[in-house]
Amino acid sequence: MADILLSLSGVHTHIGPYHILQGVDLQVPEGGVTVLLGRNGAGKTTTLRTIMGLWTASRGDIRFADHVITKLSTPEISRRGIAFVPEDMGIFTDLTVAENMLLAAANGPIDPKRLAWIKELFPPIGSFWNSSAGTLSGGQKQMLSVARAIIEPRRLILIDEPTKGLAPAIIGAMTDALRELKETDTTILLVEQNFAMASRIGDTVAVMDDGRIIHSGAMSELVADTGLQEKLMGLSLEAHQ
Amino acid sequence: MSDSAIKPRIEKLPFRDQLAQKLPVLLVPILATLGLIAIGNPASWLTLTVAGLAMGMMIFIMASGLTVVFGLMDVINFGHGAFVAVGAFVGFTVLAWLAGWTASPSVMLNLAAVLIAILAAMLVTGLLGLGFERVIVMPVYGEHLKQILVTMGGLIVAQQMIYVVWGPDELHISRPEAFQGSLIIGEAAIEKYRLVAVGIGIALFLAMRHILKNTKIGLLVRAGVENGEMVEALGYRIRRLFLIVFMTGSALAGLGGVMWGLYQETITAHMGSEIMVLVFIVVIIGGLGSVEGCFIGAMLVGLLANYTAFLAPKVALISTIALMVAVLMWRPQGLYPVVKAK
Repeated sequence: MADILLSLSGVHTHIGPYHILQGVDLQVPEGGVTVLLGRNGAGKTTTLRTIMGLWTASRGDIRFADHVITKLSTPEISRRGIAFVPEDMGIFTDLTVAENMLLAAANGPIDPKRLAWIKELFPPIGSFWNSSAGTLSGGQKQMLSVARAIIEPRRLILIDEPTKGLAPAIIGAMTDALRELKETDTTILLVEQNFAMASRIGDTVAVMDDGRIIHSGAMSELVADTGLQEKLMGLSLEAHQ
Repeated sequence: MSDSAIKPRIEKLPFRDQLAQKLPVLLVPILATLGLIAIGNPASWLTLTVAGLAMGMMIFIMASGLTVVFGLMDVINFGHGAFVAVGAFVGFTVLAWLAGWTASPSVMLNLAAVLIAILAAMLVTGLLGLGFERVIVMPVYGEHLKQILVTMGGLIVAQQMIYVVWGPDELHISRPEAFQGSLIIGEAAIEKYRLVAVGIGIALFLAMRHILKNTKIGLLVRAGVENGEMVEALGYRIRRLFLIVFMTGSALAGLGGVMWGLYQETITAHMGSEIMVLVFIVVIIGGLGSVEGCFIGAMLVGLLANYTAFLAPKVALISTIALMVAVLMWRPQGLYPVVKAK
């Protein structure tokens, strides 16, 4: 069994008067894709933002590579090797594609080999290198957001709903890219509502509801058990195919 | 990922939208042309235009720091005027020490005296900005009402400190010998100091543009203005960036204070709070957070104030407010609003 890279133990997060995460226990094995599923408002995005330090956990522990990171600032967490692709993509639309990538390489100059690989993975990055990021289409912005997260080697990438609002052809392409990324031994924690896509690349899965993890295990088990899917999420894989 | 799956596509803006983007830049020549038609006499127009541009440049110097501070840090700093006043008084002190140089007919000595006064003013106001950000602004990040109250409090404290150090009276500040008098071009008389102000203003604008467009710290500032949270998620300590920007903005206000003091030739502890009305108008016209918008707004305010003062002195009292109303009716978020992710 793979080592655990990230673990959350009894994590609670409050945002203003709201108690969003109510004791999240989650383990992310190293070197695979863990998919976090759940209905809208279950707490998936809050979980990613709490890991990233954008919201502070009010209770519980977050451990990354055997170090407690619960109270670290967002830049410190990022510099430990965790990248974040937010739901709104977080693209700097006033900057060019090149400038977005340059900023993402926080630890030094861009590695030309890695950039060439990224341009192969996401061709629009090369095509629109000197264009304003604000002029890209939704799918291209999503590619830029993921490309930015992998411009430097990272141990863990948190990706929040990368297929949201994208056309089916682009979802397929994004799935292929994430699958290729997985082959590089990068660990991915993916929040996704598209179960069909998630099931194609996920190794392990955790299902959230009401700010807690209500199921976790191998993705293959959940894919094989339609009854469990319906019980956990009120939907089945077939309904999405 | 295959090329065929995702066709590269740029959403090209229609011509009308492209024109709308460029239009604010054209406002300055349009206003200058209208001024020429209304004034009639080219010599008077030239004198007024240079005076307007000089005034605009000095306002831009004072406003540029404020607009970047607002755009990046989301801080409404009513205490910005304190840096203008302190800068003017520090500049006055240095120029008084270097009275021998300023009275000399040597242009080099005059320039050196002004340069040293400017550097001293920027150093003092930059350090004052450091203390102001740490003590007054940092505890109220994200709370606009408290920001207004505490920064106004900071302004009052700074004014009282000026009384303590330099006394309550207004002080006369003489321009160096080489910057006094006018150049006669045809029938137009153009004050030498105004040309210096225009030169410094243009140099500062170009330097700021270069830094913002071509350096990593400039990229960080532009990215931070748009989405500070994402800048942090990429691994940058935005609080450190806030401090650098705040200190730079304060130092620019100090530079503006020296320039404005030499322009008016008298300085008072309240000069900062008085000029802040124009500074805020320029920042609002330009679009909060936009250096380009701030520059164009300052030029418009300077030109309009001078043209109306010549053509209809009573109208001059409300011309800048009228300009702000007109711009906001056309573009409610200013000439070049900075898109901010929240």
